[in-house]
Order: sequence, then C-alpha cells, then structure tokens
Amino acid sequence: MATKSLLARKNKLSEPKEQLRFLSNGIFADGKLPSFTEKLKVSQQFPLNPNSIEILQINVGYMCNQVCAHCHVDAGPDRKEIMTRETMLQCLDVIKNTKAHTLDLTGGAPEMNPNFRWFVEEASKIGVNDFIVRSNLTILRSNPKYYDLPEFFKKHNIHVVSSMPHYTQDMTDRQRGSGVFKLSIKALEELNAVGYGKEGSGLQLDLVYNPTGAFLPADQKALENDFKKALKRDFNIEFNNLFVITNLPISRFLEYLIASDNYEDYMYALVEAFNPAAVANVMCKNTISVSWDGYLYDCDFNQMLDLKVASKVQHISAYNEKVLQNRAIITSQHCYGCTAGAGSSCQGSLPNPSEGGAT
Amino acid sequence: MANNYYDSSDLKKFGEITEWSEELGKKFFEYYGKVFEEGALSAREKSLIALAVSHVVHCPYCIDAYTKDGLQRGITKEEMMEAVHVGAAIQSGATLVHGVQMMNKHKKLSM
Ligand code: SF4
Ligand code: SF4
Repeated sequence: MATKSLLARKNKLSEPKEQLRFLSNGIFADGKLPSFTEKLKVSQQFPLNPNSIEILQINVGYMCNQVCAHCHVDAGPDRKEIMTRETMLQCLDVIKNTKAHTLDLTGGAPEMNPNFRWFVEEASKIGVNDFIVRSNLTILRSNPKYYDLPEFFKKHNIHVVSSMPHYTQDMTDRQRGSGVFKLSIKALEELNAVGYGKEGSGLQLDLVYNPTGAFLPADQKALENDFKKALKRDFNIEFNNLFVITNLPISRFLEYLIASDNYEDYMYALVEAFNPAAVANVMCKNTISVSWDGYLYDCDFNQMLDLKVASKVQHISAYNEKVLQNRAIITSQHCYGCTAGAGSSCQGSLPNPSEGGAT
Repeated sequence: MANNYYDSSDLKKFGEITEWSEELGKKFFEYYGKVFEEGALSAREKSLIALAVSHVVHCPYCIDAYTKDGLQRGITKEEMMEAVHVGAAIQSGATLVHGVQMMNKHKKLSM
C-alpha cells in the first residue's frame, strides 16, 4: 500500500485534468458505454440542477494521518493544503446568513487543521442545526493532544461521522493501512464512553462503509445489521447508523482500479447499476462544497477534480445562495458512482447525509 | 468467435438467452431472482450456499459472480473458504460413499 499521496509520488493521476481525460476516453469514447450526460438525457434529467442549499460542506484541508488506498481526496501527511483562519472567518460569515441546516466539516483529517477547535467553537456559537465532523477515528488516538476530542465533540453536540470499511481487522487494514482497525476500535470505545452512539444520549455516531475493493456495496440495512451485531459482540461497541457509499472512480481509487486491471469491469458495473431514481438524491442537489482555499464546488468529488461551480459566484468571499441556485451541476463519468443502485448519497432514503467527506 | 470455451465477458451476456426462448428465459430469471431474496434464509446465507455449489458444479461464471457478491455483502474470505470446503467435503464424501458399493460388489464376487 502506498504511503504517499499521488501528488508526492508525482503520479500523473494527481492532475485532475488527467483523471477527467481518462474518464472520457476508452470505453466511453468508443461508445461501449454511454456517457453520464447521455444517460441523464435518456431519463430526461439533463442538465442536473440543484434544489435549495441545505448542507454546507467545508473541507478544511487535505492533510491526513492516513494514506488510504481508496482516498478520493488524495490526502496524506504530505499534503500541505490547509484552510487558513481568514478563510474560516469568511465561512463563518456565510454560516451566519445561510439557510442551510447542516454544517459538515471534512478533510483530510479536519482535526489536524491548527484552527479546527477554534472554528468549531465559533460555528457552534452561531448555532447550527446539525453539525457534522467527519473523523477518521485513528486521529483521535494518534497523539495525546487529540485524546480529549470526544469530550470536545460532546460539548459542542457534534454529530460524528466516521469511516469503517469492515468489522474485521483484515479487510479494514487492507484499505486503510495496517494497525488502523485496532486504533479505530479504541477510538470508538472512547466515543462510546462519553455517550456517543448510546441510546438516549442524543450524541450521534454514524459509520460510513465503503467497499474494500473493486465491487459495489450491497444492501445498506443488511450490512448495518451485520456491523451492529459484530461490533457489539466482539468489542461491545454501539453506533447509530451505517451509511453505505460507493467508491467513485477518481484519485487514488482510480489509480487502484487501473493498476489492478479492474477499471473497465468496475465502470460496466456502475453503468449497469445506474438508477434514474437515485439522481434526485445525489448530494450535489442540496450541498455546496467549500475547498481549503475558499472555492466553491458542487460536491467534494468535483472539488478534487477541480471543477468549480458553473456560476458567477465561485468563492466563499462572494457567496450568494440565490445566484448559486441558478446553476447547472457539472457532471462527468465519475458521477455514475453516485447513482448506482440505491444511490450512495441519498438523503431521500437516508435520514442523514451520508457522503462526500473522505475520512 | 473466441477460440476457448469459457470467456469471462460472456457472463455479461447471460441475459441474452432470453432472446432465443423468451418465455422460458423470463421465467428462469424471475425464479432465479426470487430464490435469492431474503426469506427464511438471509440473502447472505444464500450467497454462501451459491458459492459452495458453484464450486461443486465447476462453474467459473458462478464462482466469479458469488465471490463478488460475497464481498459486496461483507462476507469474509475465511467464511467463503469454509463454504467451499463444505462443498468439497460433500463432493468427496459422495465419491467415497460409493466405496461401499465397491466393497459390496467385491465381497459378492469373491470367495
Ligand atoms: S459526483 Fe455525485 S455529487 Fe458530485 S456532481 Fe457528480 S452526481 Fe453530483
Ligand atoms: S480516506 Fe479519509 S482517512 Fe483515508 S486518507 Fe483519505 S481523508 Fe484520510
């Protein structure tokens, strides 16, 4: 497993343009598979337009303590893109005035931003209905300076959303790095200890599952039952919901698909699983994604592909919900990952936003 | 036409059997789909049974399909291998139990 980002390895795929080119060539250029646009046209859903903005998702930086093999952010310890306090102040201005009910902090490991705690405190003073932090779990145990974060989250009534690709060590460590499973379990124990995931505590702890290889996830409810049973039985761990998401063919997951000779089969599987009904619930319909340097995107994936919103307003400093509303969402073949099967960011069938963050 | 008997891309064309016999094809796929739904057995248990049987009937398409299906359902590789052993044990038992027939015949013909 790689221990450095694509960027640090100077891999061609660290270039968003290279990824987009790849996703439009081959099977999509020679007509073997329809492009995402063609597919949307057939079901009369092109162009894709947003509904009102309900979720503001802020990526506070690409630095991470892990280098997961599937990471769509290409995050890692070597990434230096970190949101500054100035940009955070601009975000706070927007949070004060937005109608969005959910604030969703992601990364990288958002906790590694030196202004993370300050930002959470300030944002929670404003009052956010649902305040999500996407924590990769291991960060909470990586250094004593993070050990009190479960208490800190509790104090600010943070809704913790964490990745857990499997309830066994083998499958988790192969995706996220050796030792990750044990540390994650320890972190979950600490979160449980302050009340997270416990019935009646009001402290929400959700897990996010994404497949540990070139296959699509199965039924969310069945997996949630298996996770709940196994984590309770083996570690006495409890959590609220399991969200099942599909890996999008971008960044390091795209690198893996190509290197393991799974790319074509995976794209066939995604296209075959295209569900026109899932289009209405893709996360870009009600989310704006903000990058570490304040630019605006339809979603965290488009952020990584450097596809800024198709709007006059492209930066948080000029944020204007009305203007942003009137845009077409930028799509490409990676979007097939959001519309496969039940859809993987469907707030329609899910009570909570389930996707978009890495970590 | 490919110059070998099995081609993994043929699995994608499985649905085409309906084109040459619509009613039977449709009925088969309907039945097949129904069999694998959650029932008295969970879809997860059915997936493991299918994997074991795939090995016993030596179907490479089914082995590919149910390995992937198992992964999608979060089934571990240990569970999958144990299922294959169940299939293998039954198959070898079925061979060996015929040894009794051999013994019977041997005894009958021998002085
Ligand atoms: S990747 Fe998903 S969320 Fe992003 S623009 Fe495409 S469909 Fe929308
Ligand atoms: S998937 Fe999450 S935890 Fe893993 S490298 Fe990416 S940002 Fe870090």
